[in-house]
Amino acid sequence: MSGGAGNPILYLDGVSVVFDGFRALNDLSLIVEAGELRAIIGPNGAGKTTMMDVITGKTRPSTGMVRFREHDLTRLDEAAIATLGIGRKFQKPTMFDALTAFENLELACKAPRGPLACLRWVLSPATRRRIEGVAEEIGLTSRLGDRAGVLSHGQRQWLEIGMLLMQDPELLLVDEPVAGMTDQETEHTAALLRRIAGERSVVVVEHDLEFVRALGCKVTVLCEGAMLSEGSIDHVQNDPRVIEVYLGR
Amino acid sequence: MTPAETPTPERGTARLAFRLLLMAAILSLAMLPVLNQLPVDSALHVSDFIVSIGGKWITYAVLALAIDLAWGYAGILSLGHGAFFALGGYAMGMHLMRLIGTRGVYGHPVLPDFMVFLGYKELPWYWLGFEYLPYAMLMAMVVPGLLALIIGFLAFRSRITGVYLSIITQAMTYALMLAFFRNDMGFGGNNGFTDFKELLGMPLQTANARAVLYYASLALLLVSLLLCWRITASKLGRVLVAIRDAESRVRFLGYDVTQHKLFVFVLSAMIAGLAGALYVPQVGIINPGEFSPGNSIEAVIWVAVGGRGSLIGAILGAFSVNALKTWLTTVAPDLWLFALGGLFVAVTLFLPRGLIGLFRGEKRA
Repeated sequence: MSGGAGNPILYLDGVSVVFDGFRALNDLSLIVEAGELRAIIGPNGAGKTTMMDVITGKTRPSTGMVRFREHDLTRLDEAAIATLGIGRKFQKPTMFDALTAFENLELACKAPRGPLACLRWVLSPATRRRIEGVAEEIGLTSRLGDRAGVLSHGQRQWLEIGMLLMQDPELLLVDEPVAGMTDQETEHTAALLRRIAGERSVVVVEHDLEFVRALGCKVTVLCEGAMLSEGSIDHVQNDPRVIEVYLGR
Repeated sequence: MTPAETPTPERGTARLAFRLLLMAAILSLAMLPVLNQLPVDSALHVSDFIVSIGGKWITYAVLALAIDLAWGYAGILSLGHGAFFALGGYAMGMHLMRLIGTRGVYGHPVLPDFMVFLGYKELPWYWLGFEYLPYAMLMAMVVPGLLALIIGFLAFRSRITGVYLSIITQAMTYALMLAFFRNDMGFGGNNGFTDFKELLGMPLQTANARAVLYYASLALLLVSLLLCWRITASKLGRVLVAIRDAESRVRFLGYDVTQHKLFVFVLSAMIAGLAGALYVPQVGIINPGEFSPGNSIEAVIWVAVGGRGSLIGAILGAFSVNALKTWLTTVAPDLWLFALGGLFVAVTLFLPRGLIGLFRGEKRA
C-alpha cells in the first residue's frame, strides 16, 4: 500500500499557512496514493484541520503547492473542489438539521448541482435504492424520515459519513469520525473505512490511537504544522521524536 | 416523498382541513368583486372600499411571498424589497402617464405634465416603449431583476450574509429613494406620478377597472404561490433551506451557493416588481416615498408575523398586519408604529413560527 512510485492522487508540497504570524502549517509535504487509506495524527494545534481546510479550499496556503490529480487546488473554491471529487467530513458533525436524514443524503448525492437542475430533479428509483443502501450501511434505515436535528451525536457522525458516501468522491477527508461513538460503533467505522479505501483514497484525522491501529494503514504524524514521522503505527509509536512530543506526554 | 411522509391519519386529516380552508379563502377572495356588484342594500353587498383595499392587500401578499422565498427559505433577509416593488410600480406608472395623452393639464400629446413643466423638449430615451403595456410589464420584472442580479452578485460572491446583507439592501432602497426624489431623473421628482386616467382603455375609477385589477392581482398571487410551491417542494427548495442553515457546508457538498442565492434573489425581486406594477393603478399614485426603508421593513414584519418559511404564512401575515393597520390608523393613528414594533417583538418572542404556527400546532423553533 505505502508510498513508492505509485499513482499519487493528492500532492502537497512545501505548504505553509500563516495566520497573523502564527504558522499553522510549516512547509508541509504529503503524498496520498490512489486507493490509499492514510491516518493523520498529532497533538492539538498540529495543523491537522488546517491541512484539511487547505485541501478543500476553505483556507488558501501562503506558499506551496496543492494538487489533486492534475488540478491546482489553490485556485479553486470549495464547491469546485468538492465537484472534482473531494468529500469532507467535519470534526463537528455538520449537516442540515431542518431536513430529514433522507433529504440530507439526497442533497449529497452526486448529481448536477445548478439551481435549474435541482428544480427539475426527480428522485429515481435507482437513487432511492442507493440512498437506502447507504442508510443500511450506516445503520440509519429506521431513522431516514427523522429530521437530522433530532439524531444522536453518534448517528449524526454516521449520517455525515453517509453523505460522504453519497457524494461518491475519489478522495475522502474524514476528520475525527469516531468521536462520541461506542467501541462497537468505532470498530464498525474502522471496517467501513477499510472497505471504502481501495476504490477511493481516504485520509482520516483521528486522536484515538486504538482506532488508528484498527485501520491498519500508513500513519503520518504532524507536529507544529510539519511532518514529524511517517510509517506504520508501530514505527511511529516507537519513533523517539513522536514519543517526546505526543505519545509520551 | 421520504419514507416518513406516509401520513398518519391525523396528519392526513389536518392536511385536508388545511387545504379546504385554503380553497375557501381563495374562493371568498375571488367573490369580492362579484358581491360588489350586488345592490347596495343587499346583505351580501361589499363596498367599493373593500374591493380596492382588497386588491391592494393582494399585491402586498405577493410582495410578502417574494420576501418569504428569499428570507424564509434561502435565509436572505432583504430589507430593501420595497425597492423592487417600487421599481415595478414606477414601470407601470410610466405606462399610465403615457396613456394620459392630451388629457393632462398642459395637454401635451407626448410629454407628461411634469416634463412640460420642467421644460423637456422630448421624451427621454428610457421612456420609449412604455406606451405599450406588455413592455411596461416586462420592465416591471426586468429592472428589479437586473438590480437584484447586480447587488446580489456583488454581495453573494463576496460572501456577504446576515445583517451586512440586510444593511446593503437597506442602503440600496434609501439611495434609490434619494435618486427618485431628484427632478432631473425624469421620474417626476418628489411628486412621482399620479392623476392616471385609464388602463387597457378602461377609466380607472370604474367598478369594472377595479374588478379587472383585483382579479389580475389575485391571478398574480396564485401564480406566484404555485411557482414558489414548485420551488420549495423541489430539491432546489431543500438546497435553499440547507444554505439558510449551514451555508458553508453546502459549498463542501459541491453546490455553487452564489448561483443558488442569485437565482432565488432575482426571482424574488421580479415577483416583487410585478406586485408593485399591479399596486400602482389600484392606489392611483407612485412617488419616491415607496422606496422609504420603512416600507421594506414593514413588509418583512408581515412575513415574520405570518410565519417565515411558510408560503401561506407570508400571505396570511400580509393580510392580517394590514387589516390591523387599516383599523388602527383609523381608530388611533398615533399608535400604529408602536403597535407594529410591539407586534414584531411579541411574534419573535412568543410565536417564532408566526401565526401559521398556531394553525399547524407545530413547535419547531
